[in-house]
Amino acid sequence: MVLPLPLTRSKPTAESPVEFMARSHRLRWYELLPWVVAAGAFLVYPSYLALGAQVMIMVLFALSLDLIMGYAGIVTLGHAAFFGVGAYTAGLLAVHGWGEPISALFVSAAVAGVVGAISGYIVLRTTGLTLLMLTLAVVSMLNEAANKAGSITGGADGLQGITLQPLLGLFRFDLYGRVAYIYCALVLFAVWLLVRLLVHSPFGRSLTGVRENLVRMHAIGAPVHRRMVTAYAIGAALAGIAGALQAQTTQFVALNVMSFDLSGAVLIMLILGGVGRLYGAFLGAPLYMVAQDMLSRLDPVYWFFWIGLLLVMVVMFARGGVLGVGDVIWHRLKK
Amino acid sequence: MSQILPAIVSILFHGVAYAMILYVVSVGLSVTMGLMGFANLAHGVFAMFGGYITVNLMNDYGVPFLPALVVAVVVVAAASVVLERLLYAKLYNAGEIEQVLFTIGLIFMSIAVTKFLWGPSPQHLTLPDSLKGEIQILGRSFPTYRAFIIVLGCVIAFSLWAAIERTRFGARIRASVDNRRMAKSVGINTDRLFSLSFALGSGLAALGGGVGAEILAIHPAYAIEHLVYFLIVVSVGGMGSIRGPFLAALLLGVSDTACKYLFPEIGAFFIYVALFAALLWRPAGLFGRA
Amino acid sequence: MTSLLETRQLSKSFGALVVTSDVDFRLETGARHALIGPNGAGKTTLINLITGRLQPSRGNILIAGEDVTSTSQAARVKRGLGRTFQINMLFRELTVLENVVMTVSEHRGRAGDMFRYAFSRRDIVAEAYELLERLRLGEDALRKVREIAYGRQRLVEIAIALALKPKVLLLDEPAAGVPSAESQLILDVMAELPPDIAVLIIEHDMDLVMRFAQRITVLVQGAVLTEGTPAEVMADPRVREVYLGEHHHG
Ligand SMILES: Nc1ncnc2c1ncn2[C@@H]1O[C@H](COP(=O)(O)OP(=O)(O)OP(=O)(O)O)[C@@H](O)[C@H]1O
Ligand SMILES: [Mg+2]
Repeated sequence: MVLPLPLTRSKPTAESPVEFMARSHRLRWYELLPWVVAAGAFLVYPSYLALGAQVMIMVLFALSLDLIMGYAGIVTLGHAAFFGVGAYTAGLLAVHGWGEPISALFVSAAVAGVVGAISGYIVLRTTGLTLLMLTLAVVSMLNEAANKAGSITGGADGLQGITLQPLLGLFRFDLYGRVAYIYCALVLFAVWLLVRLLVHSPFGRSLTGVRENLVRMHAIGAPVHRRMVTAYAIGAALAGIAGALQAQTTQFVALNVMSFDLSGAVLIMLILGGVGRLYGAFLGAPLYMVAQDMLSRLDPVYWFFWIGLLLVMVVMFARGGVLGVGDVIWHRLKK
Repeated sequence: MSQILPAIVSILFHGVAYAMILYVVSVGLSVTMGLMGFANLAHGVFAMFGGYITVNLMNDYGVPFLPALVVAVVVVAAASVVLERLLYAKLYNAGEIEQVLFTIGLIFMSIAVTKFLWGPSPQHLTLPDSLKGEIQILGRSFPTYRAFIIVLGCVIAFSLWAAIERTRFGARIRASVDNRRMAKSVGINTDRLFSLSFALGSGLAALGGGVGAEILAIHPAYAIEHLVYFLIVVSVGGMGSIRGPFLAALLLGVSDTACKYLFPEIGAFFIYVALFAALLWRPAGLFGRA
Repeated sequence: MTSLLETRQLSKSFGALVVTSDVDFRLETGARHALIGPNGAGKTTLINLITGRLQPSRGNILIAGEDVTSTSQAARVKRGLGRTFQINMLFRELTVLENVVMTVSEHRGRAGDMFRYAFSRRDIVAEAYELLERLRLGEDALRKVREIAYGRQRLVEIAIALALKPKVLLLDEPAAGVPSAESQLILDVMAELPPDIAVLIIEHDMDLVMRFAQRITVLVQGAVLTEGTPAEVMADPRVREVYLGEHHHG
């Protein structure tokens, strides 16, 4: 089970490879599991809907990182920058009277995408430690900006006073978070469809090529830098949507949405689930958030220790995350 | 005129002292990056523990400054070798993602451990009397402690340079930075070389953390808070070089001090903008070998 | 007269080490040209300079009379340059077919497409598969590159280069490391290359060179020692001297 596309075939069959490939991207039943779970959770746990919405926002955020890191192979410490840009954009729009949530999502995505394109154009000329440093510098810089521009952003106190109009003019955001939950689920669903199409498109496959073998990509004449910047900007825009959802559903933007901590957290979610597999985000983000909920209830101060230890263990013993381990077990069983 | 000159001198003085700390802490990272190609984001953790050990030996056990520093350096260097052999070495051939996540994991663990051992608040270094006052240079007075840091930084930079350029150990390091496989094939024991230089780098970081505790405050989030600056020194300086990070640290330390002094509101932005411009211009760093 | 590919006083140094010095070299349409020389002579470096993987310290590179010295690798591929690597440069985790599909998409300018599935382009996949069948790689199409034999991986290198439909094909030791039993496959493929493309091959195996090449250039310490027909080159006493003193790999 090489998620999500099984493109290899060990035994020859009558079917031509061309036809085999052409149906390789069809939807498989297990790809619908997250949505079954999301619908089930809505019915079974009506009192946890706010947490559920948060989880889906983080899934979306991790999914946007998967495009950049899992597919294009760009390791970044600054992905929270775009989450933050989206959150502040949506928050400021709402504070200043643009309370229509869906159009605000699009604006947030656009702003984050532009910031991603510009910063990506610069940082992606470098590699390795320098690239890590520059991505981190972008977050630090934006964080500093939001902090200093306290009159606009609320600075360290956070941005307050976000009020939203009803969704589609019909559904008021309710206290139980029912509308927010459905809203987040639908947005996540739409983004998932988009990302699924993207990673299976020629563009997505060429990102895989960039990750796997840069030298070869140059030699077949691929415009590598442009592809990477494009992927980075799209990932940034999607992260912006996640940030905007967070601002809209919690009606608050904290300064720490743009921080190393959040960049690190989303990296961890993705590695826990599995990198470059499209569904890692759907497993990793809930796992992380549930673990955070439980562990920080045990002792809030030392939560960092356990998550750090978990990270070290995953890297040492379970490289592919949950999906990677699943892969190994699946292959053992098949033999 | 009479206002400007003292300001410049003061900026230079404090900027250079700051630069020396950045240099001593970061130079080891440059070596591990150049030598092992390892993106060790947790390098600052070694500096932080150096700081904690120094401060606590002095405050809780009455150990004098210099012996406390020595103990901190030795303990951290020894601990780092254990870590290197047991964990880091397993990831030398792993991808960048794995190295980054592993070292972030170490940072997170260090935050919890230091909170548990020493609490969340910053630690204060009580300077020995000999470093407390001020000294007169050219009719002006400067804090002795910062002058001490500047001298120490220069001595370390010079010794490192001499060690790398003039000793067999240094020749091996240079050979391995240039071409690891080649170095191995001519019989250089790269494993031992890696461990030794890793220990040296972490020991220096611990020294920087201890000596610089008054400049970079020691607290649990130390390794994250200053990570950008450590990485800037290494990237702008160019990986695997001794001279590059020194120049980069000087540039960063002085301009950061100047910007924060002259434009306290927007000072940090100048640094970042200059940084982006510099690396757009020369992606491999300003002072590295091409 | 303009050549398909030309270098003028092409030079490259790594620090103090001069690896290419003043190389003037021409390749015409339909040429079958071999580049030989001892290990470390700078043969691979010359190909890297021509394709733009390395920037020369001095000199120029022209494709069909146009100076491409400062253009990107992608721009040169567009102008008809294709290459193979001495050491495999493949997407090892992807299938053989995907390696070639990726290249064909790139060649057709469709690799940036975002809103359709890559493999639903039957025309592209079919073109890639036909190429693989032509190179007798059809059976391996759906296997991962890293799972197939080394000799067949070398064929995938060639398949990728051919998928770009190059006007100039640069082959860097295509049979390097292939057991002689399997190297016949590679020879067959080379014999069937389209006659109108120019081929430059780096090769240590002199039998292969003599069978394939119409002209030979000998490179020693980065500089052209001599150039001519195989008979001329073999008769040259300086070439004998270089090769007699040398123990080179096969
Ligand atoms: N990136 C580099 N940095 C420094 N030196 C290099 C680099 N690439 C190649 N060289 C040196 O340039 C010289 C020529 O190398 P090159 O690979 O072009 O030789 P070659 O003729 O292809 O040899 P072979 O027959 O072994 O493939 C060698 O001495 C090599 O060590
Ligand atoms: Mg070669």
